[in-house]
Amino acid sequence: MSDIAHPAPVKLGIKMGTMLLLSGALAISGCKSKPPKELPPEPGAATSTDNGQYGNGVATPGSQADFVQIMQGADTIYFDTDRSDIDSADQAALAKQAQWLARYPNKRATVEGHADERGTREYNIALGERRASAARNYLVSLGVDASRLSTLSYGKERPVALGSDEQAWAQNRRAVTVTID
Amino acid sequence: MTLRFSTLAFLLATATGLTAAPAFAQDAPAPPVAEQPTNEADDGGLTGSVSDENEWQNIGIAITTFATDRDVPTQTNAGSTAQLGQAISQVIASDLKNNGLFKPTGPDGLPQPTLPEVQTPSYATWSGRGADMLVQGYVKASADGQLTVGCYLYDISLTRQLVKAGWQFAATDWRRAAHKCSDLVYSRLSGESPFFDSKIAYIAETGPKGRRMKRLAIMDSDGANHRYLTSGQSMALTPRYSPDYSKILYLSYLNGQPSIYSYDLATDRQTLIARTGNPTLAPRWSPDGKWVLYSMAKGGTTDIYRISSAGGGTPQQLTNGPGINIGGSYSPDGSQIVFESDRSGSQQVYVMNADGSNQKRISFFGGRAATPEWSPRGDQIAFTHIAGDLRVAVMTPSGGGMRHLTNSWQDEAPTWSPNGRIVQFFRTAKGSGQASIWQVDLTGRNERRLPTPVGASDPAWGPVRP
Repeated sequence: MSDIAHPAPVKLGIKMGTMLLLSGALAISGCKSKPPKELPPEPGAATSTDNGQYGNGVATPGSQADFVQIMQGADTIYFDTDRSDIDSADQAALAKQAQWLARYPNKRATVEGHADERGTREYNIALGERRASAARNYLVSLGVDASRLSTLSYGKERPVALGSDEQAWAQNRRAVTVTID
Repeated sequence: MTLRFSTLAFLLATATGLTAAPAFAQDAPAPPVAEQPTNEADDGGLTGSVSDENEWQNIGIAITTFATDRDVPTQTNAGSTAQLGQAISQVIASDLKNNGLFKPTGPDGLPQPTLPEVQTPSYATWSGRGADMLVQGYVKASADGQLTVGCYLYDISLTRQLVKAGWQFAATDWRRAAHKCSDLVYSRLSGESPFFDSKIAYIAETGPKGRRMKRLAIMDSDGANHRYLTSGQSMALTPRYSPDYSKILYLSYLNGQPSIYSYDLATDRQTLIARTGNPTLAPRWSPDGKWVLYSMAKGGTTDIYRISSAGGGTPQQLTNGPGINIGGSYSPDGSQIVFESDRSGSQQVYVMNADGSNQKRISFFGGRAATPEWSPRGDQIAFTHIAGDLRVAVMTPSGGGMRHLTNSWQDEAPTWSPNGRIVQFFRTAKGSGQASIWQVDLTGRNERRLPTPVGASDPAWGPVRP
């Protein structure tokens, strides 16, 4: 049995170096699978965690509601089918998350990984965990203490977009960072 | 291939030695020994094929209302012994339908035999009705609430009894007597092992697609005796009955930490199967119930582990990456495990020895291959084939002979009937995401939905009950 790490985490390190070269191409190819960014950010209804009050006055600084407000959708990153690569759009979102987490160093967070419905149940749980781990690893690479971040996979069991089409599936292949109040 | 009478002889031997106390009335005539084990010649009665490729002749079977000696109340929802006699016949007719083998009629619309006529059918009456076979029986209640049920199968054209058996059950288990009779008839006429008297663990689903409640539930093989085991507060997924039906392993999101729990059906107590600090999923039993396989996700990779089902001991890691290695289903002799891995870049099916050695890929036919389950007969592996749609398919343990059993938008997670002739799976509807349990025979021709009170997924079929 080979004990090399899985391609995705390895590629993470490589990609960070080559990203400047590739970012243009990735951004274009990434667009096809990404949900439209002009959509308002999901209020987090599909996550298991209560995101707190939202859109009702100013959220308490450092709260999950504050995190959601400031992220403007960047609390979620999206993936291609069966993939867990962190592309340039994901990097920008995770950098924004890391900034917020740096501002509130006592806050902990869970990265929730999800898959679309077009896969088998158990594999999708493992795939969601792989996606959550990829996001978590990237946050750690940006300086967030690993002990502050946990992962949780829901597989395909908690879709945020309820349709059965490419656009819905693209929105459901995601990792959502939820801070713990 | 002609029907296998050696199987029948074995069945006759086991049927009379059942732990459920064979209980023929004292006045029963000496059982006519219809066949000897050595008699493999065509007796002019039943000929047919039991291969997968050839279509069965539909055998017409008349099933009459089971007679009783006294119409007395019973402690069942089916009513008195006379009502029970009719209910049992209905369950048998329902069992034997939809397998593509039999064309059952009755008990409604058929003459109702008296108790003596159960053992002395009037063949002349039946030969005019177009049925090939006749199933009759009786129900008797004893003072202690036990039921005695006798079951007789007659060949109408040969004018003779083919097989008979009797069982004693608590009145509340009356449906089991019906399933035992169905198994007797099915086995005698098909040469296959029985499967009706068995149970299924599954996940009951209710609520909107984005927040669907998923509860652990159990039912009989025909959907009856449905019971919820968990409240739904924590999401439950992927149950597996232990071979002795005493426990169910399943994945629970209790406390937001997906982990495998063992649910003890005698005590309703639940225990963690392994304390790992990481999510565990995809529980599986070894055929002898001594081992449990589980998969553990850690830092983006998932691997398969083996642990003693008795608890304690150090888990043995069977796979070591790369990627996602998950699931696992033992060969019937326990020597090998078929599992799923995406180490090649996409989900494919692999086989390894039970100690994790000699891992090799067996699926090479395009698309992805997932959720492999080894047939209890050992000759086939059922799996989910993903190529656009998700379909249930089978292949040999060496990866040959792949063929689809279903053709729908999303069918996944096959589980075998105890005799390896039928596969259950769950089907998800496009859009609504509504899940339902279906079953299909190995020809792929006889497909039907199982009746469940609410949405249903992740069926796990247990063995035939003793």
